[in-house]
Amino acid sequence: MATVILPPRHYLNDGYGIASWLFTRDHKRIALLYLAGVTFFFFVGGAFAVLIRLELATPAGDLVSDETYNKLFTMHGVMMVFFFLIPAIPAVLGNFLVPIMIGAKDLAFPKLNLASWYIYMLGAAFTTYAIVTGGLDTGWTFYTPFSTMSSTTKVIPAALGIFVTGFSSILTGLNFIVTIHRMRAPGMTWFRMPLFMWSTYATSLIMVLGTPVIAITILLVAAERVFHFGFFDPTRGGDPILFQHLFWFYSHPAVYIMVLPAMGVISELVAAFCRKQVFGYTFVAFASLGIAVLGFLVWGHHMFVAGQSVYAALVFSILSFLVAIPSAVKVFNWTATMYKGSISWETPMLYAIGFIGLFTIGGLTGLFLASVGLDVHVTDTYFIVAHFHYIMVGGTIMGYLGGLHYWWPKISGRLYNEALAKFSALVIFIGFNLTFFPQFILGYLGMPRRYHAYPPEFQVLNVLSSAGASILGVGYLIPMVYLMWSLRYGRLAGSNPWGAVGLEWTTTSPPPTENFAETPVVTWDAYDYGAPVEGHVA
Amino acid sequence: MWSGTPLFPESASTMASRVDSLYFFLLAVSIFFSLLIAGLIVFYAVKYRRRSPDSVGSEIHGGLVLELTWTIVPFLITMVIFVWGASVFFAMARPPDETLNIYVVGKQWMWKFQHLDGQREIDELHVPVGRPVKLIMTSEDVIHDVFVPAFRIKADVVPGRYTHLWFQSTKPGRYRLFCAEYCGTKHSGMIGEVVVMEPSEYQTWLSGGAAEGSLASAGAKLFRDLACNTCHRPDAQGRGPVLEGLFGKTVTLQNGETLTVDEAYVRESILQPAAKIASGFQPIMPTFQGLVTEEQLLELIEYVKSLHELPQVQPR
Amino acid sequence: MLPEATHHAHHPALAHHFDSLGQQKEAATLGMWVFLGTEVLFFGGMFLAYAIYRAWYPAAFAVASHELDITLGTINTVVLITSSLTMALAVHAAQLGQRKLVLWFLVATMVLGAVFLGIKSVEYYHKFEEHHVPGPGFQFEPEYFRHAQLFFSLYFIMTGLHALHMVIGLGIMLVMFWWTWRGSITADYYNPIEISGLYWHFVDIVWIFLFPLLYLIGRHGV
Repeated sequence: MATVILPPRHYLNDGYGIASWLFTRDHKRIALLYLAGVTFFFFVGGAFAVLIRLELATPAGDLVSDETYNKLFTMHGVMMVFFFLIPAIPAVLGNFLVPIMIGAKDLAFPKLNLASWYIYMLGAAFTTYAIVTGGLDTGWTFYTPFSTMSSTTKVIPAALGIFVTGFSSILTGLNFIVTIHRMRAPGMTWFRMPLFMWSTYATSLIMVLGTPVIAITILLVAAERVFHFGFFDPTRGGDPILFQHLFWFYSHPAVYIMVLPAMGVISELVAAFCRKQVFGYTFVAFASLGIAVLGFLVWGHHMFVAGQSVYAALVFSILSFLVAIPSAVKVFNWTATMYKGSISWETPMLYAIGFIGLFTIGGLTGLFLASVGLDVHVTDTYFIVAHFHYIMVGGTIMGYLGGLHYWWPKISGRLYNEALAKFSALVIFIGFNLTFFPQFILGYLGMPRRYHAYPPEFQVLNVLSSAGASILGVGYLIPMVYLMWSLRYGRLAGSNPWGAVGLEWTTTSPPPTENFAETPVVTWDAYDYGAPVEGHVA
Repeated sequence: MWSGTPLFPESASTMASRVDSLYFFLLAVSIFFSLLIAGLIVFYAVKYRRRSPDSVGSEIHGGLVLELTWTIVPFLITMVIFVWGASVFFAMARPPDETLNIYVVGKQWMWKFQHLDGQREIDELHVPVGRPVKLIMTSEDVIHDVFVPAFRIKADVVPGRYTHLWFQSTKPGRYRLFCAEYCGTKHSGMIGEVVVMEPSEYQTWLSGGAAEGSLASAGAKLFRDLACNTCHRPDAQGRGPVLEGLFGKTVTLQNGETLTVDEAYVRESILQPAAKIASGFQPIMPTFQGLVTEEQLLELIEYVKSLHELPQVQPR
Repeated sequence: MLPEATHHAHHPALAHHFDSLGQQKEAATLGMWVFLGTEVLFFGGMFLAYAIYRAWYPAAFAVASHELDITLGTINTVVLITSSLTMALAVHAAQLGQRKLVLWFLVATMVLGAVFLGIKSVEYYHKFEEHHVPGPGFQFEPEYFRHAQLFFSLYFIMTGLHALHMVIGLGIMLVMFWWTWRGSITADYYNPIEISGLYWHFVDIVWIFLFPLLYLIGRHGV
């Protein structure tokens, strides 16, 4: 076998210097700009989480003051939701892969793509300003009237930051939609696209339709705070519950923005590491769309105890059960893909299987929450906290890390240390479960969320959770080390280290700036492992 | 380490066992499917592990029967859960006809409980065992939430409106009451206790307290002090509607709509009189916004509730 | 694999990542439609708040609505609809490669847009003088005070955001004017004018909803 060498010209050495990065239009470089941003904010949000779990190791509020604690959980949520979970997979992996996976040279609007990154960073700057000049204590959900009339913290700058960053989300989604519609290579029909494209497309629909609603909601909150307009103020005829409807109309679909891309990654990983067509490709593709559509219809399940009518609650309940079905279908299809596959257990596959297990648990606990009579007891408790962390962390973050490890050779041209990577995947899995499983028990016991101090009978479970958090934190730090190390010292990867099928594996690692030496003409299905794998290498 | 660490909450209300049954069913469903998926994955991982570097998986695209099965079966299971959860919820949302009503006012960061006969409590709520109790709640500032884990009930407490929840406790004892909607600095300090007592002890406790008299009598005094009685006269000669016997009745408004006179309507009529004018009356009632506190509103409401229909005086 | 058609001269406006002007045009047009979809959702939140509060407080909303200047509002509506006409004519002229006409119609659109904003400013000023701007200085008959304030809050936010979109639209028109002036817009590359027209028409349509909802409550008959 020939020695693997780096291609002489690729997107990373196509221009040096900071200007070539800050003014780039190359979707791959923009993806790396986002990678830097989301990684930084992940660790900022993670630092807040560490402080939270340290405080909660003892029942008394003895590490930080209650005001500080309220800021910690608020900013943990804001950072993680808006500056990590929502952008991470779409803006890093999506930006890098969408054009390559469909055989295009770039996204439809490269300059808009760069503008999206600047907008993201500008929004992050406003929010960072809010954090360092005193912080925000409204909870990431900034319910009224507390956020409009009672909080004395930096609500306006933080809200402005989220407002601005929202436009980054909208423009990225817009770019993806147009690209997937108009720039597929010859022969790349919709049903030959990789499933990651389908979930990116579904995610983009949510991004463009949902984000404007939170934008206007934030604007109304800001107007009320500054001009005392009274939309949500009962003493002026306004309604605080209207805020909740407007807020959750976006923020529920937002959770599908966070999980759909991860599901798309899992489809890719399972196909690649079983060397097999994803079972039920069409069903998985349509399930993504189904989740996106149904996801817009269930927001009221966050408000079962908020004072809405019994009948509204029942409608939202039944729809919430319906939205679970397409997710279940995907889990079954991924499992069925493994049947008679040729399965190997490299790190990305570990993350994929971890996702399937943890997402299944998180999704099943969603059924607990969709049944209204049970939700009354567990809503606003640690049961909810555990539920969404199972999906967001056990799901999305594992999907993100799996995707990052899978495409790292393509992005960087290098291989990372496989033993260390497997080890940290295991550490993360163990740390995660130890952190969040006790929280289900705590929630049913009745420990409310957002509590700075708690009654002593909850302590043991909290200590388990905090211990898990310390392990989880270490697990997240290790990849930083070996991934950075691999950039310089890692073995060269070659164009297709995994023996996988996909347009991205037919081009060099790293790819040239224009992605392909020649525009591909596609005549095969997405995961066509029927022919010997070598036949698909360019 | 584990002593003093409960893993399951106490059950102290009639709803608790219903909620717990649903919970255990869901737990069983979840464990079944988790083990199924995990088991299959582990089984396939071993059985179909890659045996040579170039081997690929079999060419299987899908199966309609399987897809339909694993769509329809979960759908049916979820519908069962939905109906079960809905029926539990209906029971929670519909208090029995006869309830012991207690008013709750939440404010940053304390609970004020008001019994009808005038007993006031802060952060502690005494109730008799075995009787349905309805809490009628409002907030003075931001949204709070009353949560009693042992009873498995919870409801937001919202400014500008009344929300309610009901429970019937089954066991005397002291049970934690949490605020479960983040409300600012001392949100985690807004903890109270529900003290459930045997009926005889409860009676003793009730008679031990209220120096000020019942809510309704305080409301009567306020009604006179604020001169409501100049327009709202029992003899229908006043410029405002007769209030005797009005609570609970259906009234027709100026715009033709009808509504039932409940706590919310009485409150709104005091704070925003022009909002819903009864048919046949002029919009001349002044607003008392800013002139009455939430507690005083509750007193006035109880007073209006206490005004029974007067027997008609037949002309001779 | 297709060989790259890299060496024949291509249209100066063709971006390197597109295969043809046709693909570029379709992409840009789809992009604008998706963007307008987001704008519908953006304004939609405000329309929802309006709908709810109007349903709850119809009397107060009607009384407050009568305080708006229906003459100026009607003039503005006519002005804006006319500006959509001049915009459509600009697009048509661009399709035919009539550079001078494009320039005139763009100018007409911008002038009409500026007139709209000018009249709006006059209305805002009147509202300020009459103490109808929500906040500490707000004055209204006591019976409807709170809910009229809510009406005016919605009025200022909805028309204010609309006006902001018009200002952005004027900026876009200026850029289109500049591109047409320097000769970038021709009969086979006029799509920027067309999609700017889409944006302008959208802003017009928002006003067509705002006008009756804000100005015409309860004004049927006389």
